[in-house]
Amino acid sequence: MADVAVLPADPASAFKRAQQGKSYWRRVWERLRDDKVTLAVIGVLVMLLVMVVFAPWFTVHDPYTGSVLRRLKPVGTPGHWLGTDEVGRDLWARMVFGGRLSLLAGVVPVFLALLIGGFLGVAAGYAGGLVNSAIMRLTDVLYAFPSILLAIAITGILGSGLQNTILALTISFIPPIIRISESLTTQVRHLDFVEAARASGAGPLTIMRYHILNNVLGPILVYAASLISICIILAAGLSFLGLGVTPPSAEWGLMLNNLRQALWVSPLVAALPGVMIFITSMCFNLMSDGLRQAMDVRL
Amino acid sequence: MSVAKDAALLVGAPRSNARGKLGRSTVDTGTGELVGQTRPLLAVENLTKHFALKGGLLNRTKAVVQAVDGVSFDVQTGETLGIVGESGCGKSTTARLLMHLIPPDIGSIVFDGLVVGAAEGGLSHRDLHRQMQMVFQESYASLNPRLPLAMSIAFGPLVHGLAKPAALKRAMKLLEAVGLDPMLFANRYPHELSGGQRQRINIARALALEPRIVILDEAVSALDKSVEAQVLNLLVDLKAQFDLTYVFISHDLNVVRYISDRVMVMYLGKVVEIGPVDHLYRDPQHPYTQALLSAMPSMDPRRRTLKSPLTGDPPNPISPPSGCRFRTRCPFAEAVCETASPALLAPPGEELRAVACHMRVPGSGHSRAATVVSA
Amino acid sequence: MWAYTLRRLLYAVPVLLGVSMLVFALIHLAPGDVVDILVPPEVPKEIADSLRRRFRLDEPLYMQYLAWLSRLLVGDFGISFFTNRPVAEELFGALGNTLVLALPAAVLGFLLGVVLGALAAYNHGSWLDKLFSATAIVGVSLPHYWVGIVLVAIFAVVLNVLPAQGMGFEGIPTSWDHVKHLILPVVTLSLIPMGVISRLVRANVLEILSQEFVGALHAKGLLNRRVLYHTLKNAAPSALALMGLQFGYLLGGSILVETVFNWPGSGGLMNLAIFRRDVPMLSATIVVLATIFVLINILVDVLQALIDPRIRR
Repeated sequence: MADVAVLPADPASAFKRAQQGKSYWRRVWERLRDDKVTLAVIGVLVMLLVMVVFAPWFTVHDPYTGSVLRRLKPVGTPGHWLGTDEVGRDLWARMVFGGRLSLLAGVVPVFLALLIGGFLGVAAGYAGGLVNSAIMRLTDVLYAFPSILLAIAITGILGSGLQNTILALTISFIPPIIRISESLTTQVRHLDFVEAARASGAGPLTIMRYHILNNVLGPILVYAASLISICIILAAGLSFLGLGVTPPSAEWGLMLNNLRQALWVSPLVAALPGVMIFITSMCFNLMSDGLRQAMDVRL
Repeated sequence: MSVAKDAALLVGAPRSNARGKLGRSTVDTGTGELVGQTRPLLAVENLTKHFALKGGLLNRTKAVVQAVDGVSFDVQTGETLGIVGESGCGKSTTARLLMHLIPPDIGSIVFDGLVVGAAEGGLSHRDLHRQMQMVFQESYASLNPRLPLAMSIAFGPLVHGLAKPAALKRAMKLLEAVGLDPMLFANRYPHELSGGQRQRINIARALALEPRIVILDEAVSALDKSVEAQVLNLLVDLKAQFDLTYVFISHDLNVVRYISDRVMVMYLGKVVEIGPVDHLYRDPQHPYTQALLSAMPSMDPRRRTLKSPLTGDPPNPISPPSGCRFRTRCPFAEAVCETASPALLAPPGEELRAVACHMRVPGSGHSRAATVVSA
Repeated sequence: MWAYTLRRLLYAVPVLLGVSMLVFALIHLAPGDVVDILVPPEVPKEIADSLRRRFRLDEPLYMQYLAWLSRLLVGDFGISFFTNRPVAEELFGALGNTLVLALPAAVLGFLLGVVLGALAAYNHGSWLDKLFSATAIVGVSLPHYWVGIVLVAIFAVVLNVLPAQGMGFEGIPTSWDHVKHLILPVVTLSLIPMGVISRLVRANVLEILSQEFVGALHAKGLLNRRVLYHTLKNAAPSALALMGLQFGYLLGGSILVETVFNWPGSGGLMNLAIFRRDVPMLSATIVVLATIFVLINILVDVLQALIDPRIRR
């Protein structure tokens, strides 16, 4: 039998002073700290965010005014280091300011889908039975559409603009999140410690809060990060089709569309907005991969 | 003292009467007589649970697994009731039915005179959980890997309204009670512990709600033998310290013998024999019990296998044999065993034992049963 | 086996009904109604209202839905607002054009995906494998419509060896000139399936290889014919299943590539319909594409169940 130390006078605060073990998240953080690539990627994303939010500090020209005289200047033109677009606006300014809408349309839908889909999926996984069937059948209806088609259906019929874009993309991403949360919750639901929690008389919400969420949130977040990379591409794609953000707003997909005519004249400039989409998407992908590896801690 | 207990456990020697001092058992283990109050703490009547297997085109019910069928028994205050049987006999399902983790199809559970789940005047499930808790088999998933140990223990009290500091205080005290230094273990995580230590946490968690009866479902089965002995002794000490009643489920006959006052033997969803532990182990009445006991390995060279071993194939719980479910493996099976299912009856002269076997019922039609003496 | 198929088909019915309801709901959630699109706003209210009555727009919604659904089921997709021709004609013609793109893209994506994935797995750990992993991440992050633009920039603008857009023929390509129009869009479209399949094949082959050569020698570069055959046989079913799904995506999601290359397929048709607010055309196209996607999914499921009995439950 172990030697039992004298219990301190106030056991409640003693809990805080007791020797701290290494929680799962702490070990994830430690692994992440050693992963140089993922840290670098996160750094790039933060830098991008800063630049986009504080855009006026990073650009010289106004992204909305252009002069027809200065249309389609090539890369390297003095004063416009990335050239100008088809109406003479500075491309660099357009790209930095465009990042605001592109990132917004890329991140917000996934975040909203996470809230709605995550809740529905965990509820479906925990409740089982009829509730589960109802939610999963509804998800199946949405799954009948390839993701682009659903987004296009909504924006095509309801109209373009940032709001509808975010709405359409949110709805497109709710099904995959429901699916993964339901699947993970169902797995956790039948583990012994959840049964023990039920045996303590806890209600569903309490059990979800203390026992389910902290076990399923990790993989769901990793998945959501990879969804962001897809969402950025889709959001830009919608604008590319004319279904997303409308001119004269700056947005990467829209810029790609507008510059298509310019392909023959200045191919490099025409292709540049796509580079931003690509870099941002790849960063989120790499971050998601890095998180997944860090979370793959063998307990 | 603990070394002597461990030794006794390992060798399988007959238990000493020192058991009578541990816990206020209401059953005298020597004579099998009731002492003190007669109302059982837990009375289970006709508990039945069938699981449907679905499949086919419209997800119809294709077959039914009769996991627990008409099980009735009592648990007296302060005793340890052992439940033994092979895998698939329904012991774990019975445990979950008692805890109301799964609802029974038929049957009632009466706790301290109150009917569980009854609309008026009964015991609500929430209150039942305050009085009855369960210790699970130690498995990797028996504790939430993301919660600190003290929080796992404190969860139950928190749910029932205790404030967090008070709940943690209770958790720390329980850690101490199960032999783990709170200052070392309160803030640690399950993966940092050994199997035996985790099982102590499981026990502490079960005791957190200050229950009166604890169901232990294969609580020591997953542990190494030496650790098993330590945890068993801990359980015995805790029972005395906290005035508990135990229902101890296991497939290990030695362990059950060590810790139980009475033992109940289950086979394929039914109770086949129940009685005080010494009587049952010395003189088992049901052929299945006899076969189980004779199959127990012993380090004592004087104990040899004298009775016939089990014959036949283990039957399917989906379509159990008609009549007595044990008849396909029973060396004494006869025609009456196929047609009539034997009831769990006390043999004449012994109130605290019960056997479900035609051989023990006078006038049942079995060739080995005593004939009814008409007087 | 047939029970499973039947169950899957029966199960698709409520899903498709849900799809039709969703599209119908969207149409009616859109601001303004059909008549507002058809007639200029100066038209007096009585005429607009009489048009509404003629189109039965004053009837309760569920009746309109049922009427619309029953017409769909018999193949009457309505008349296009813009061209005044039956939607069905144009739609199925366009679908054919998309198929001309999707089929070669699927085949190309599948073959390349299998080859690349297997190569990467065989050379696990070498620079080839690492290059593959890097390419895979890049591939998934590339907007494929942008790749199309870049390819056009390189091959059409700079090098001038391939046409930049347009289909250039009707029906099936019969000459090299026709094929030239196909090359860039097909390659662009094949990128996503190729990326997805190569990752799956690599993972599967790695798993198989690790079983085969447990503790044994590494036959690096030495293609043991028997091992190769066994590997492909085991990796094939899931790769084919995935390919089926990807084919569904290709058919339903081709709009972006078709827009880049001005290809007159179902995607391009949708684009036009959106632009012209041609509601019958748009709604019919969406419903048809979704239905095809669902049917392909069922086909893939059934084929998988055929091969792997465990799925049949």
